[in-house]
Amino acid sequence: MTTPSTPQAQYGSVSAPEQQWQAQTGYVSPVPLRRATLKDALASEWTKIRSVRSTLWNFAVMLALVLGIGTLIALALSRRDMPPGESAVALGFVGVLLGIMPVMTLGVMTISSEYGTGMIRTTLTACPSRARVLGAKAIVFAALTFVVTLVATTLVSAVLLFSLGGRTTGALWGWATVGVSAYVALIGLFALAVGALLRHSAGAITLMIGFVLLPLVLALFLAASPMHGLQDFLLEYSIPSQLGVFYGTSMVQGAPGGWEALGIMGGLTAVFLGLAFFVQDRRDV
Amino acid sequence: MIEVAGLSKRYGQKLAVDDLTFQVRPGIVTGFLGPNGAGKSTTMRMMLDLDRPTAGAVRIDGKRYTDLKDPLTYVGALLDAKALHGGRSAYNHLLCLAQSNGIPASRVGEVLDTVGLTAVAKKRSKGFSLGMGQRLGIAGALLGDPQILMFDEPVNGLDPEGIHWIRNLMKSLAAQGRTVFVSSHLMSEMALTADHLVVIGQGRLLADTSMADFIRTNSRSYVRLRSPQQERLRDVLHQAGITVVTAGNGTLEVDGVASEQLGELAAQHQLVLHELSPQQASLEEAFMQLTAGSVEYHAHSEPASGQGWGSTGGEN
Repeated sequence: MTTPSTPQAQYGSVSAPEQQWQAQTGYVSPVPLRRATLKDALASEWTKIRSVRSTLWNFAVMLALVLGIGTLIALALSRRDMPPGESAVALGFVGVLLGIMPVMTLGVMTISSEYGTGMIRTTLTACPSRARVLGAKAIVFAALTFVVTLVATTLVSAVLLFSLGGRTTGALWGWATVGVSAYVALIGLFALAVGALLRHSAGAITLMIGFVLLPLVLALFLAASPMHGLQDFLLEYSIPSQLGVFYGTSMVQGAPGGWEALGIMGGLTAVFLGLAFFVQDRRDV
Repeated sequence: MIEVAGLSKRYGQKLAVDDLTFQVRPGIVTGFLGPNGAGKSTTMRMMLDLDRPTAGAVRIDGKRYTDLKDPLTYVGALLDAKALHGGRSAYNHLLCLAQSNGIPASRVGEVLDTVGLTAVAKKRSKGFSLGMGQRLGIAGALLGDPQILMFDEPVNGLDPEGIHWIRNLMKSLAAQGRTVFVSSHLMSEMALTADHLVVIGQGRLLADTSMADFIRTNSRSYVRLRSPQQERLRDVLHQAGITVVTAGNGTLEVDGVASEQLGELAAQHQLVLHELSPQQASLEEAFMQLTAGSVEYHAHSEPASGQGWGSTGGEN
């Protein structure tokens, strides 16, 4: 140790005066002390998320899907294939839809890997405020996901527009990049909340994949049935069609717009994050 | 200073910790002893507010653990050497802990040096041996240079050199005036390091005593006698008012009488002795006697006959 030793009164016997202990707190550390804040928790979570390989892998897969599929489409199609009045930017949709999967995986893993490895006990010993830990994780993960997705969607939109041409408006460009990135970050945050609630990586990831794909699959099965109301609802509000809204394409006429899609996902995420805050504060670790 | 008052924890039907009250004082090593499943780890987790007590409370220097704003600088704890993300390097593991408490990053290098892991600081902890994992856990506990240190079974899985290192570390930390609280299920280990003992069994407090007192009261000394004329020897001792216990293998045991006196008595009556030896029951035996009624998981020499599983629940 680099710390000087401080000789102290011996407490050899049980009969040491108990009321005096506070005056004799024993060892005093030379390490500078200050109260830890949310900023410290954010710095800690940033170190955590950048120092594991799953972050790198998941974002690499996401970038590969978004950019790879976008580039393939750009190569496969020519300018003449573009229907008049449609923007090439919208073709980035498929890549982003698939790119959601690794983002959800990372969202779940950000919290569930702490439970899986036992790291959570070390984390909470260092920071007993469970709300602060979850809050810092959510902020760091959402911000990082937003930035990485923004880079991916901006690049793929530029590639598509450059090679396929066609008109685009500032609004469409904005929705296809910033809007989509915010939406993907919210889905990732939703996955993080589910991971915090289930504390089990595989279970939470499976649940999230089902959450994205099942409504659409279910709607297809309902095609022959008289339950058209339910079918329309599932088609409109399934994640793929909600994502399509940002590109100006939708499977159903009169489907909700971009702000509404963000609002729905934001509300859902807020509810589940709130639930996670509530539940984890009452649980044993 | 850690104060535990009326602490209880119930898991369903099972009372894992039952109304524990004791104090851990600064300047000494306090051993927390009990057989497997006695509730040691549960108690330590409640001390750190990881598990919520069913009843009772823990105070660290008069405060609740949750009210410590930078807890690593008050309490350093090693609960489980595997309580870390194996994909993260030792350096980054300690760095994220330091950052969460506003501890300068320079401390990371210092504690890595203290525990001797500097050479593998950039390696992922997945590949660490159990002993290296323990060292990394201890580095984390020392990070905030805290006044209170808690170690749950720190010598588990260590080689002799590592055990020796931990013993000396705990003693030197206590000598600096810190509070050191260390759990173990091995009496022999505690006898070497602890100044004070808190013994629990099935969640209940069995003893709260200084090590010296524990040794004095619990290590029974007796004299073992062996003689070809056992019957006569027994009569002679009986006439002298000495209580004799037959201990099998043709040996007799006498409590509380000096071996010299017994030898002279035998000589007076011209009895042949094959053995006359003062014996001391080990602390391990004393500990086993103390906890005999409260051992959760008994090993049976014969297969259990249709009794089913006696106990429920586990160490965690």
